[in-house]
Formats: sequence, structure tokens, C-alpha cells
Amino acid sequence: MRQSGSVLSVKGVTKRFGGLVAVSNMSFDVAEHEMVGVIGPNGSGKTTMMNMISGAFKPTEGRIALKGRVISDLPAQKIAREGVGRTFQLVRLLPGLSVLENVKAGAVFGHRQRWGREADDIAHDMLERVGLDAMSYAPISSLTYIDQKRVELARTLAGEPEVLLLDEWLAGLNPTELETGVELIHALRDEGRTVVMVEHVMDAIRSLCDRCVVMSSGAKIAEGTPDEVLSDREVIRAYLGDDDA
Amino acid sequence: MKPAGWGELGWAAVLVVLAAFLPLVANGYWLSIGVTAMMYIALSTSWVLFSGPTHYISLATGAFFGVGGYLVGSGMSDYSQSFWLMAAISPIVGAILAALIGFATLRLSGVYFVIFTLGLAEMIRNVVSWVQNNFLGSRGLYVLTDLRDQHIYWMLLVVAAAVYLLGWFVSRSRIGFALRIIGGDETVARHVGINTATAKVILFTSTGFFAALVGAIIAPRWSYIEPNQVFSPQLSFLVVIMALLGGSGRLWGPLVGVIPFTIIWEWVGIQFPNQSILFIGLCFLLIVYFLPQGVVGRLEELRARMRRAS
Ligand SMILES: Nc1ncnc2c1ncn2[C@@H]1O[C@H](COP(=O)(O)OP(=O)(O)OP(=O)(O)O)[C@@H](O)[C@H]1O
Ligand SMILES: [Mg+2]
Repeated sequence: MRQSGSVLSVKGVTKRFGGLVAVSNMSFDVAEHEMVGVIGPNGSGKTTMMNMISGAFKPTEGRIALKGRVISDLPAQKIAREGVGRTFQLVRLLPGLSVLENVKAGAVFGHRQRWGREADDIAHDMLERVGLDAMSYAPISSLTYIDQKRVELARTLAGEPEVLLLDEWLAGLNPTELETGVELIHALRDEGRTVVMVEHVMDAIRSLCDRCVVMSSGAKIAEGTPDEVLSDREVIRAYLGDDDA
Repeated sequence: MKPAGWGELGWAAVLVVLAAFLPLVANGYWLSIGVTAMMYIALSTSWVLFSGPTHYISLATGAFFGVGGYLVGSGMSDYSQSFWLMAAISPIVGAILAALIGFATLRLSGVYFVIFTLGLAEMIRNVVSWVQNNFLGSRGLYVLTDLRDQHIYWMLLVVAAAVYLLGWFVSRSRIGFALRIIGGDETVARHVGINTATAKVILFTSTGFFAALVGAIIAPRWSYIEPNQVFSPQLSFLVVIMALLGGSGRLWGPLVGVIPFTIIWEWVGIQFPNQSILFIGLCFLLIVYFLPQGVVGRLEELRARMRRAS
């Protein structure tokens, strides 16, 4: 899976909200076709890190590059067009639009800027891909939680991103749904996609990720294969607290 | 706003042709109501171009409209320019003003945007009155032309048709789709790759363009213009009420609201001239409370429910 040359590179990135340091001096690289997990306890700065990659926030310090090109000074819409697609920790759909239109939004304005039939075809393909083509013309309000997550994933895929950011895409699913969800992400992995995923579900991380970056209180405390980091003393201490270590 | 189809465009063309005959069959009172209605149709439809999909409620229509009327008055009275020249300049000034307001309000949303546009419109009215009173002589402005009600009506009809046509193209274009996404969730809009600032400013600019043009065309109707009168904030509210009453989810929604409302409004103005502001407030409450999607939105909702039931 691992190949030379990093697609995404994060260097010395810090984010401060007033006095609060949400992310502190983070650095890591993501190679092409690699699936990297970002894990850490609640409030450790994972979402903030994703927000900076996607351009929702600007880093206070440091820089982020996509294929050698600095993107951390670009607005979110430019970063999306450069080829970074994301889902949100709390699903964000467009309630006034049909399922198909929600997905089409990704195709029309994303990395490749499709329009007309072409955009419709891509939207249908992506809905089929996440197993939701039958719901194309349904209103958003009729979708179950996992289906909403699927629509959001389809919208992101429709933008034909080069790097995919998934923020706790598996969170909140029941056991059967979780199985379906893990399968879906496995399929993305088999396609050779480059993915950064924030996740709390440890089994999923073990089976999906090539590598993990562990965050605690905004800083990187470990990096390596899932097995390596999950047996790391400092990681265990971060998750369980000092007493249990 | 959902993409408008060819059938809808055909219906619109038929309505425009039919509407063009009104001055031949009506005169006096009904023609005058026709002029007022046509003015509000053009204004509300152009308001809906921007505010319909984005849900940004703008109360600046009166400012653009006033700029149009005032430029015609001032140009003709103070600088002896022709009506036609001033009517051509007005929409350009209106568009520039709207673009500036658009840029200034990019970071505002919800109620902040509403208040800002209202405040700005009031400020423009006061600045223009002040300049007029202190530097250009405090007299009113005369707009004397050979234009009669039917000519004004036909010109407004052309503007309304142009607004509709523009809206028709916009609703089927990328920028129209972008605005609907912006109306849904601006964060999502940015993250799928939409330059939200550009899309919003372009559409808002078109609203300013048309409102100023309408203000300029209607100016000859009054012959005598005072800044305080053409920059009426009441007009901004009426445009919003009519658009919301009809429904801002469709391009032809405002049409459904304007015609009955204009007639009722005229009647209220005659019967209860001192309670008109109260009437506006009451209508706002009723519409927002009972018809948030407008008449058209409610009818579509009912139709969908009936189809599901059958
Ligand atoms: N927009 C913001 N303004 C101020 N503080 C923020 C903002 N966003 C996040 N924070 C703070 O930054 C810290 C990191 O939050 P973040 O959401 O990145 O954590 P997380 O690792 O994603 O947590 P979780 O696992 O619960 O999703 C928290 O203390 C949070 O309160
Ligand atoms: Mg988070």
C-alpha cells in the first residue's frame, strides 16, 4: 500500500482559539493510497486538525501541503477544488434538496466541476456506490441516520477528491450498520484511495488503517501501525488516565 | 428555487403577451392598479432571485428603488438631462451600490443581515436628503415627461419579463444551484467548492440593478419627487411581504402574492389611511406564522400530501 511521495503533508501546525491551544505543533504525512487514522481522546483536537486541512479554519502556525503545494493559506472552496473532500462529524446535508441533488453538489463544484448529464451520472454512480440509488428522489427528512451518512459520503466522493477526510464516519451507528459501514470504507481502501480518518471504533481502526497518528491535548503523542500505537504506554495513559497506566 | 422548465417559460410568455393588452381594456383606476402591481411584480421577482434560494431577507430594495427615482429627478431637474439617459444610468448606479452592500454584508447572516440592510437603506435616505437640502437646494425635483400610465406599464412589463427570464436561466445554471446550496448550509457550500462570496454578490447586484431601474421608470408617474418619499422603507417591507405571501421557492411565486395584495393594499390605503403601517405589521405576522412557505409552497405541500395519500 505504501508508496513514495506524500500526497498530504502537515508541518508544525498549531491552532489557538484565544488562549486555548486546540492543536499544537502537529506534523504528519499521508502517502498516496494510504489510509491514516487520527485517534485520541475526546477534545484532543482531531476535528480541529481536519478543519484546518479542509480549510474551515486557518492554522495559527505551520503549513499544510497537498502534493507539494501549500494549501493552508487557501479558502475552503479552493482547497475542495484542489482535491480535498470531507465529511463532517455531525452530518451536514442540504434539507431543501433531494438526495440526488445533495450528491450532485459535490460533482458540480468539486475537483472536476461537472455539469448537466455528466454530473447526474456521477451522482447516481456514487449513490449506487454507497447503496442508496433507490432513494435518489427521496426527501432528506425521510432518511435514517446511516443513510444520511451515506449521502454525505456519496457527496464527498462525487467531488472526485484526491484526499478524503472522514471525521468519525462510523460513530453513532448500531452494530449491523457498523458492519455495513466498515465494509463500505474497506471498499474505498481496496480502490486505493488516500484517506485520513478520525475514528473511535478501535476494531475498525485495526482492520482499516495502514498507520495511525495519536493525538492528546492537541499534540501528537505516537505514530505507527495500529498495533504499535495501541500498545504504546503513553497512548494507553492518554486514553485511560495516569492512574491506570 | 427549483430549476424552472420549458413549460413554465411557455406559460410565462403567454402571460406577458396577455398582460400587454391590459392598457387597451382598462384605464383610470384599474390601469393605475396595474402599474402598481407590475412595479411590485418586477421588484418582488428580482428580490426572490437572491433571497429565495439563499433565505437572506434583504430590506434594501427601497434604497435601490430610491436611487433610481432620485437620479431621474435630480438629473432632469437639476442637470436638464433626458429621462432616457437617467433611466439608463440609474440601474448601473443601483448595481454598483448593491455590489458594495453585498461585499460589506458577506460575513453577516440571519437577523444581522436583515437589520444591516434596513439600517443601510435608512442611512442612504438620510444622506441623500441631507445632500439635497444642504447643497442642491431644498426644493423638490420635477419629473416632467410625456409618458402616460400605459407607457410606464409597458416598460415595467418588459422589465418584469426580463427579470423572469434572467431568473429562469439562473435557476437552471450552476450559479442558481450554488445559491440553493448556500441557502441550505454555507459551510457545506464552501466545502464542496463553491465561492460563496462571488455567488451571493452577483445575485444581490442584479437585485439592485432591477430595483433602481424600476424606481427610475416609475418616477414620471409622480412628476414631483422628494428624497424622503422615493426612499420609502415601506416599499422594502411590501416587496418582502408580497414575495413571501406568494412563496419564494418558485420564480413565479411573487406573482401569486402581488396581485391580490396590491388590490387589498390600495383598498386599505383608502379606507384606513392612518393604519397602513399596522396593516403591514399584521400581514408580516400572519404570513410568517401561517404561510412560511407562501401560498405556492403550501399548495405544493398539499399536492404532495394528496399524491402520497392516493
Ligand atoms: N471553533 C472553536 N472555538 C473555540 N474552541 C474550539 C473550537 N473548535 C474546537 N475548540 C476546542 O478545541 C479543542 C479540541 O476540539 P476538537 O473538536 O478538535 O476535539 P476532537 O478531538 O475532535 O474531540 P471529539 O472526539 O469529541 O470529536 C476542544 O477543547 C474544543 O472545545
Ligand atoms: Mg471531533
